[in-house]
Parts: sequence; structure tokens; C-alpha cells
Amino acid sequence: MDASIRLTVDGTEHVLDVDTRTTLLDALRERLGVTSAKKGCDHGQCGSCTVLLDGRRHLTCLALAVAYDGSEVVTASGLADGEDLHPVQQAFLDHDGYQCGYCTPGQVCSVVGMLDEVKQGHASHVTEDLEAEPDLTDDEIRERLSGNLCRCGAYRGILAATRQAATS
Amino acid sequence: MRAAEYVRASSAEEAVGLVAGNPDAAFLGGGTNLVDHLKLGVARPDLLVDVRRLPFGGVEQQDGPDGPVLRIGAGVPNSDLAADPVVRGRLPVLARALLAGASGQIRHQATTGGNLLQRTRCVYFQDVTTPCNKREPGSGCSAAGGYGRYNAILGASETCVATHPSDLAVALAALDAVVVTLGTDGERRVPMADLHRLPEDAPERDTTLAHGELVTAVEVPLTDVARRSTYTKVRDRASYAFALVSVAAALDLDGDTVREVRLAWGGVAHKPWRARRAEEALTGAVLDEAGIEAAVAAELSDAVTDDQTAYKVPMLTGATVQTLLDLAAEETA
Ligand SMILES: Cc1cc2nc3c(=O)[nH]c(=O)nc-3n(C[C@H](O)[C@H](O)[C@H](O)COP(=O)(O)OP(=O)(O)OC[C@H]3O[C@@H](n4cnc5c(N)ncnc54)[C@H](O)[C@@H]3O)c2cc1C
Ligand code: FES
Ligand code: FES
Repeated sequence: MDASIRLTVDGTEHVLDVDTRTTLLDALRERLGVTSAKKGCDHGQCGSCTVLLDGRRHLTCLALAVAYDGSEVVTASGLADGEDLHPVQQAFLDHDGYQCGYCTPGQVCSVVGMLDEVKQGHASHVTEDLEAEPDLTDDEIRERLSGNLCRCGAYRGILAATRQAATS
Repeated sequence: MRAAEYVRASSAEEAVGLVAGNPDAAFLGGGTNLVDHLKLGVARPDLLVDVRRLPFGGVEQQDGPDGPVLRIGAGVPNSDLAADPVVRGRLPVLARALLAGASGQIRHQATTGGNLLQRTRCVYFQDVTTPCNKREPGSGCSAAGGYGRYNAILGASETCVATHPSDLAVALAALDAVVVTLGTDGERRVPMADLHRLPEDAPERDTTLAHGELVTAVEVPLTDVARRSTYTKVRDRASYAFALVSVAAALDLDGDTVREVRLAWGGVAHKPWRARRAEEALTGAVLDEAGIEAAVAAELSDAVTDDQTAYKVPMLTGATVQTLLDLAAEETA
């Protein structure tokens, strides 16, 4: 069964008909040709399909596109300002925060969303004082990014990149 | 995936009417569990009624007949609930349980109602090629003689050994929360202890809710004992994994004697397990390691384990001892 939806993706508005079973991930990749978000597991277990959805980091593989009619999606490729990379993207380059690069767009969006959560004072599982301003230690970064797996094991670079992005 | 019609409900009443009137219809919250099940063929609804954007309300302090309560709308994302200032300050066990669950991305998507109604992670339930009484009543249980690391040790039945996976539900069980629902007969208030059920001979039913009964809110009493509370989760990796066992606890001490204690366990049963026998044994006694171990042993006296689940007894005992002693140390600090 089809439904007509409207999505803004990386600043461009699209109106499209989707089968109600189509996930946001498949709508982006297969229907709109936006391949920045990657399909890793398709079951919510790896984070490679992460985008910023209405400003927050969000998986797209467990989201039905029809349920997100009217939403604004920013993928990793929509983060750059023309030729100028987003500071998080630059930090991944500076610190080799990847090897094959498959998980990277999801990692980058996740870091952008995570840093915003920290700015808003959100605690994490490893935060000692739930009511204090979070202090973004390495343990905090690891915990907050645990929803993004990297099968190449580029975690050291991702950690260093996140540290740089957090302080820049 | 079976073709399904999608309707965004415009009111809770409409949502209830649509789902109650169609045995093959399902409510859709954030979709983090249901959409997975659509893909796996575990759920095959022909109508999805989206309730995520219904005006259930946010997180709000209210005066109840027995004191102040925190009312949480069913659509509140797990992330927003964990970040709520009242939850962090007065219900730390709730914040801790939420933050121990899933990932940052999933917590933005998962709703309060959907989290409570999520289904077991038993691998056989999720694999439609294997028998499972919960998925297909009468087909048999593959978990009893199969991969059993996550199986129940309390309250299981011949037909089902699945555990309930929600961390949030365990915290809410310890906090004596009440789940507010809307059904075709109107509103109902269900104590957390009565929301989920033991499998008995009907493992296909996770809860006591009727088909088409919608969770609209959760109310959590803002008690004093809840101020000193926490959640311990033991898992196969440090983050982004379901609990092997978990402990939700709240403690109020008078010197070193227990004035009041609340204890609930996850990963051990088909429902969050409120350890009332252990609470009774601890109340009025001096809190120490031996006493906690004895209280846990009393609660676990009916536990049934096999070589794959026997580890849960010492793990749960250790986690409970550590959780309560840590809370006591916090209180004296
Ligand atoms: C990789 C991964 C890891 C996870 N790790 C954890 C973890 O560590 N701890 C944990 O607790 N959870 C974990 N989860 C599960 C996650 O928390 C749940 O999937 C989520 O909370 C379900 O909420 P939802 O809004 O997405 O529900 P949905 O998927 O939309 O719905 C789930 C069920 O609830 C029903 N439903 C939804 N809303 C209502 C309502 N208002 N009233 C009545 N019925 C309703 C639906 O019909 C469906 O049957 C994990 C999930 C994934 C994918
Ligand atoms: S593809 Fe979405 S989490 Fe793996
Ligand atoms: S860089 Fe290859 S999976 Fe992360």
C-alpha cells in the first residue's frame, strides 16, 4: 500500500510515494539516491544507518518512512558547508577515524548528535552524578558512542576525533 | 513482510477502536521493536496504527491521592525521560535503567509505552524457522533444550522460558508505578506488578492488557525512598547489550538498619521480578553482606536452573549485594 510523504533531506525537499513497508533508510538510498546513510545490519544493532532526524541522532533502518512524513533528515554528506567540512568530519580525517569507511557516515552523525546531547547536559550510563554537567571523559565518549560499531576497529581514531571535535 | 495499511491515529480513542476491532492490527510506537519484527516475520499485522505522535502529554509532576506522582505520557522518548530533571533528581533508578538500555540513537526513537510492551529477545522467538510457543502457540519451545543463556530461572513454565528484556520495566516495578491504559471499556489503572504476566500455559500473552488496549501514561509515585535508588545491569559487553541479570533497588536506612527497601530483578523471569520475599527479610534488619545473601537466597528458593542458567544465581546475588551496599555507602557519605 502506498502513501505520499514529504521529506527534507540535506536541505532539499522531496515528495515521494512509498510503500508503507519502506524504511527511511531504503527511502533515502533506493528512492532518493542518498547513499550516505549505510545499511549494515538493518536491525538496529550497528548504527551505520544513523542520520540526524529533526536535529537528533536517529537510526533509519527501524523507522518506517511513512511514519516520518514531514521530517527533516541530515545525513553525513549534508553536514559539510560546500567545500568546508564540518568540524566532526575534519576531526575524523585528522585522526584516521576510519579504515574502510563504511561505518563512518553513521559515526559522524552520531558524534554530532552526541555532542549536542552533552551540551544539553544529558547524562550517560557511566556518568557518576546524574545532576552535574557532564564531563566528556574517554569513558563517557566510549559509552555514548556504543551504538555505532566499527568492524575495522578504528575506535582509537574515532575516540581521538571525538575528543578534538568536542574541544574545537 | 506482509503488506500493511498505515494510519496515523488522530486520537487515543480512534487508535483503540481501530486496533481493538481488528485482530491483525497493531499499535506502532517508535517502531524499534515492531519494525524489526515486521522484517523478521515475527509480527504480521495488516494494519499499523501509529500512536507515537498522539497528545499523551510529556513528563509532569502531579498531586495524586497518596502524594505527588510523576506522570509520563506514553509517547515520551526514553532519552527525554532519562534527561528529565525530576527523574534525575528524585528517581535515579529510572534514569539509570533507561541509560543502561539500547543506544543513544535508539533511546531517541523508543517510547515509554513501546518499551514496556517490547517482546522477548529469545533467539527462537525471533527466528520464525524454529518452534516457539510464544510466537506460535502449540509449536513447542526450542529454548528449553537449546541456547539458554538468557532463559528464565523464576516463574517459567513447561511451555516457555523466555525473559522480559526491558530495563525500564524493572525500575518501574521497584517504584510501584501504575500504568494507565485506554481500552474499549474506558480507562484502567494497572499496577506495574500486574502488567506483565508469567507464561503459564499461555506464553503468547506477555501482559494482562487486552488486544487494542493502549498504554497512555505511566505514573510514578515520588516517594522519599526512591531518592536513594539505582540500577545495576550485568551484560556480556559493557554497553549496548541486553541484561543477563539486573537489579533495581531503593533503600532507606535508619543508622545501619533497613527502614525500607525496594528490590526488583530483570533477566530472571517472563516479567520484571519484584523480590518481595527478599524485601521482607531485609526490612528491620542490619544491612550487611550476609543478610543480603540470605535474603536473595530466600527469594531464589523456588528458582529452577540448568547448566546454562545456573550462573545467574551467583551473578544476581553478587549484583544485589553490591547494589545495596553501594546505596548504603551513598547514604552515609
Ligand atoms: C539493538 C537494540 C538494543 C536494545 N537494547 C535494549 C536494552 O538494553 N534494554 C532495553 O530495555 N531495551 C533495549 N532495546 C529495546 C528497545 O528499548 C525497545 O525496542 C523500545 O523501547 C520499544 O519502544 P518503541 O516505541 O520503539 O516500540 P514499538 O517497536 O513501536 O512497539 C513495541 C510493542 O509495543 C506495542 N506498543 C507501542 N506503543 C504502545 C502503546 N502506547 N500502548 C500499547 N502498546 C504499544 C507495539 O504494538 C509493539 O507490540 C533494544 C533494541 C534494539 C534494536
Ligand atoms: S543498519 Fe541500522 S542499525 Fe545497523
Ligand atoms: S571503518 Fe570499516 S567499519 Fe568502521
